[in-house]
Amino acid sequence: MDNATLMNFAIVLGKSVAVVVVMFTICAYAVLAERKVSAWIQGRVGPNRTVVPLIGAIPIIGRLLQRLGIFQPIADGGKFLFKEDPVPGHVRKFYFFLAPMLAVIPALTTVSVVPFGQYVDAATGLLKPLIIANLDVGIVFIFAISSLSVYSLILAGWASNSKYPFLGSIRASAQLISYEIAMGLSVLPVFLWTNAPGMEGTLSLVRVVEAQGGLWFGIWMPVSAITFLIALFAETNRLPFDMPESESELVGGFHTEYGGFKFGLFFIGEYANIVVGSAAFTLLFLGGWNPLPWVTLSDIGLATGILGGVLSVLIFLGKTLLLLFLFIWVRWTVPRFRYDQVMRIGWRIMLPVAIANLIAYAILIAWIDTH
Amino acid sequence: MATGKKLERKPLSFAERTYLPAIFAGMRTTIRHLFMPKVTLEYPEQRPAIPPGYRGVPTLVRDPNGREKCVSCQLCEFVCPPKAIRITPGEIPEHSDHAHVEKAPKAFDIDMLRCIYCGLCQEVCPEEAIFLQNIYSVSGYTRAELVYDKAKLYELGGTLPDKHFKWDVKKAAAEATATGGGH
Repeated sequence: MDNATLMNFAIVLGKSVAVVVVMFTICAYAVLAERKVSAWIQGRVGPNRTVVPLIGAIPIIGRLLQRLGIFQPIADGGKFLFKEDPVPGHVRKFYFFLAPMLAVIPALTTVSVVPFGQYVDAATGLLKPLIIANLDVGIVFIFAISSLSVYSLILAGWASNSKYPFLGSIRASAQLISYEIAMGLSVLPVFLWTNAPGMEGTLSLVRVVEAQGGLWFGIWMPVSAITFLIALFAETNRLPFDMPESESELVGGFHTEYGGFKFGLFFIGEYANIVVGSAAFTLLFLGGWNPLPWVTLSDIGLATGILGGVLSVLIFLGKTLLLLFLFIWVRWTVPRFRYDQVMRIGWRIMLPVAIANLIAYAILIAWIDTH
Repeated sequence: MATGKKLERKPLSFAERTYLPAIFAGMRTTIRHLFMPKVTLEYPEQRPAIPPGYRGVPTLVRDPNGREKCVSCQLCEFVCPPKAIRITPGEIPEHSDHAHVEKAPKAFDIDMLRCIYCGLCQEVCPEEAIFLQNIYSVSGYTRAELVYDKAKLYELGGTLPDKHFKWDVKKAAAEATATGGGH
């Protein structure tokens, strides 16, 4: 390898490590947010005892941080690391160990094609996206890799060699297959529009955001957005679609037999999926890093250099975190659907709606393009 | 024959069948709750208000003159359903301030691991000497530690207001007899 390749490799590696670290932090704090928001919604105070010696001693801020549970993820993480990690005698060991890894790997892999923002390079005047791998097939890559995570649920349920995990994983496979289709169909109108005639065809997420300089897709394609969001809830196994886990109904669902760090990995994987899902929804329907509909950062002259990069990342992160809050908010509002309801909604409502929506927008876009 | 009015069950409207309006209504409720004052009582720092008549840990009490009221009649010991109370009766020394009637317990042990907080001891006590007061948190590292002895029971019980002042009445009567009787 020559020096330039090595340098390139080092840069990409550095970016990847940074993104993974940020992802883990967001996941850890998403867990905290989940606990806090659930507590607040239920009239409780939530985790408020954990404190770190030095920072906790700062007069007012330390107390505030403690009350907000800011240090709780450290304690949680430590607990997952040091807890006894039992492997029941009746499991199929290889697959039992493989499943939690499969839960995390796809979730962290999909992040690599998610753009976080962009800036105008002052020297060349070109728009540069902040992304690890600007793949031309962005959204397809996300769909392909993220649907691999169903293998972790199925393997976990099967390898556990016990009833409830098995039921959970059966449900997981049925549910994920049902909603995958509606999800894929619901985003097609977006790409019908971004691939306007005469342009080079692409499925890149950066281009989707650039196409939302005017009206965001979420506003003029509301049915797509809602269908995608509902399918996203189902794909990430969040309530009201948490069939695979079905806590209390199936004990703990697919991860009943897991404990300690392996359970922690499932946990991280679940939240990483939610974060990536929120990010994808932001990019597809909420205008990515565009601050407002019809307003882009370039329009208000803040898109250049480091400032532009930081601003776009902040806007994008803000929208993603708001969506994350929506996930949590819905979870503590809606009870779980019954299994047959999940199937009925998936096949008899979501799928026809997504197809009708696709046809309607295909006709609409064709009409716009020919007039 | 049943003559009830048959209720028409209206078919759900399209909006209702999408579940979405109901979900949004629910989300409005939960977001309101997000900002409501919290009801948690943060226990070790905040303590609940104990209502009168609460049956907490049984304790021994003194009268306002500082005399122990228990006369070791052992009624509580006999009535105690789980046999948590053990009393060793003792004499009151002749020259004691309290030496006018009856006896006092030499030892008075309540095994808090056996006590069921039924309150029968308080109910049966003719001297109003044992009360279940407002202590609700009992903990210890050993079994021995949780057998409360007389000193501990008096420390927990403290002094309660007294209507009778039995000791003073007895003392006055005894002194009256000593000086020749009469009213």
